Amino acid sequence: MSDTALEAHLNKSYEHGWVTDIESDTLPPGLNEGTVRAISARKQEPEWLLDWRLKAFRHWQTMTEPAWQKPQHEAIDYQAISYWSSPKKPTDGPKSLDEVDPKLLETYEKLGIPLAERAALAGIAVDAVFDSVSVATTFKKTLSEAGVIFSSFSEAVREHPDLIRKYLGSVVPIYDNYYAALNCAVFSDGSFVYVPKGVRCPMELSTYFRINAINTGQFERTLIVVEDGAYVSYLEGCTAPQRDKHQLHAAVVELVAEGNGQIKYSTVQNWYPGDENGRGGIYNFVTKRGICKGNGSKISWTQVETGSAITWKYPSVILKGDDTVGEFYSVAVTNNAQQADTGTKMIHLGRNTRSTIVSKGISAGRADQTYRGLVKINKKADNARNFTQCDSLLIGDKCGAHTFPYIEVKSPTATIEHEATTSKVSDEQVFYLRQRGLSTEDAVNLVVNGFCKSVFQQLPMEFAVEAQKLLAVSLEGSVG
Amino acid sequence: MLEIKNLQASHEGRALLTGLDLVVRPGEVHAIMGPNGAGKSTLSKVLSGSEDYDVTGGTVTWNGKDLLAMPTEERAGEGVFLGFQYPVEIPGVTNDYFLRTAINAQRKRRGEPEISPGEFLKLLNAKMAFLEMDASFKRRFVNVGFSGGEKKRNEILQLLVLDPKLIILDEIDSGLDIDALHVVAKGVNSLRDSGHAFVLVTHYQRLLDYIVPDFVHVLVGGKIVRSGDRSLALDLEAHGYAADRVGA
Repeated sequence: MSDTALEAHLNKSYEHGWVTDIESDTLPPGLNEGTVRAISARKQEPEWLLDWRLKAFRHWQTMTEPAWQKPQHEAIDYQAISYWSSPKKPTDGPKSLDEVDPKLLETYEKLGIPLAERAALAGIAVDAVFDSVSVATTFKKTLSEAGVIFSSFSEAVREHPDLIRKYLGSVVPIYDNYYAALNCAVFSDGSFVYVPKGVRCPMELSTYFRINAINTGQFERTLIVVEDGAYVSYLEGCTAPQRDKHQLHAAVVELVAEGNGQIKYSTVQNWYPGDENGRGGIYNFVTKRGICKGNGSKISWTQVETGSAITWKYPSVILKGDDTVGEFYSVAVTNNAQQADTGTKMIHLGRNTRSTIVSKGISAGRADQTYRGLVKINKKADNARNFTQCDSLLIGDKCGAHTFPYIEVKSPTATIEHEATTSKVSDEQVFYLRQRGLSTEDAVNLVVNGFCKSVFQQLPMEFAVEAQKLLAVSLEGSVG
Repeated sequence: MLEIKNLQASHEGRALLTGLDLVVRPGEVHAIMGPNGAGKSTLSKVLSGSEDYDVTGGTVTWNGKDLLAMPTEERAGEGVFLGFQYPVEIPGVTNDYFLRTAINAQRKRRGEPEISPGEFLKLLNAKMAFLEMDASFKRRFVNVGFSGGEKKRNEILQLLVLDPKLIILDEIDSGLDIDALHVVAKGVNSLRDSGHAFVLVTHYQRLLDYIVPDFVHVLVGGKIVRSGDRSLALDLEAHGYAADRVGA
């Protein structure tokens, strides 16, 4: 039986089946080998996975935090973080919408999220959200009929150890970077997707259905594998602010596409950005990478990043097979005191590989934003092509935008195109639109949405609509 | 009816309108002429609510309402339309989407229901055909890559689709070739009836051959120094503004 985490919350006997012994326990703050062992033990993991975690931990101890990125932050005290807290029981959460922060509900309202979903997003006990039950059930049945595995990471370790063992760390190795190594050592849970040969996943997979927002914690791990000729579209995140008491989120996402396989990965990230003065908010330090392993495969990242105090992420594609395609479409919004250093890496190894990068950065308030990208064409990547377009839009005169495109070409047959622009939402544009009847906010939103159009077109329809609304909410108060 | 009394306005401390009086009744076309720097564009911008100018004195009422007390978008809701001298580009926003957004924004301000997509399309198609505009303009981004003439034609399209009541056209003839001028004039003239009032700001008399005004005013030094009928424009063309400038 391939449970989703939602089911885990709904199915009491299952929950108690493995949660009982960890029910009331939260590890005290601190990080050492004992912590790693404790996490692994509580998850009843096999020996090999514990060894893998320990190897990562030992390596992490020899590393230092990266300092090359533009955003700077206060030192993170890794010993002050608690690396394990037991899954919330239904009784832990608010019982009804009446108990939820009204400000949060106001945001949901603005986003147009249906009432039932609002409840789920606000972390209300799942058994209180009646509508979700039928949705989840239909959803599970459709997937299992197609042979698609979509489960929590922990469950996948238990149910599909061979697949996990084969692919875990195969794209982002444990030595990759500071935050990825930390994630390898202490990851709490996450998602696993496997689409067998020739199967086109019958529906868009969304983390929302798993409601893992309730308890995925800071160190999330996602692994998606599509076999030859298979296809999946995966939507990550929900468009609601998540007021996490923790500061650091260090997730790792690995994608593997075998021959002619295709993965479309869409993210709408709206973690808590902190207040207007930069107090609080999430440090979103994420490693996302995919490999187009087999010939003719394709990986496409689309991200809309509006949240977090600091965003540090570079969803990348290794174009290993011949005739593979990598895409990165990004809209990043920073307002108030938010900072973002984001971009992508396209590593061309195979012949006739193609990559497209479209990055749209929007800065408002005192926010600062950086696009950082690498296009690397290896010696043997004959006829590789890249097209990069990097646009920045500024709202007001106190924000900043920076672009650092790195291009390394070792093949004389490569074709590289790079276009970059910086523009402002001008007073003239706003006046023009207001003269036609739009409010100032609607005018700015229209200009911003126009600026983001080529990226929004890549998002699944419902997501695109939500992304537009989200942008409007994120930029509220940035003008006038 | 538009009533402007003793209107004074400045930009960065510089007085640009210095006591302007004007009354425009429904159905009338008033042409405002004058030399460079006389305050013609300032008048257009102040009437439409630009925040670049400080109104330092006087009153403006539109159908009895205090126009100066309203923000730009509210004035638009009240039927005030400015045809821009330099229409602005909005990349990534298609013309049809923009127009539908604008029409619905105005309807909302007036407490009217939104226009249905079908009804809107019918309206848009009809107006575009009337202005001899290619259907591709619907899907092109607002004014992006438009020639000077296309931008002005697009202003007139907005005018016809939004159907405002007080129409201020700021140098709508600048940068137009003769064919485009014909089309622009055709659009404007199609609205000439008792329901529409026009303020035509122009540098050149030529426009008035196509849109024949009921009144012509000479603006110099921020106020109207002379008013007359159509013949005043011809007189100005022959003799220039020099006499008026001395008078000011």
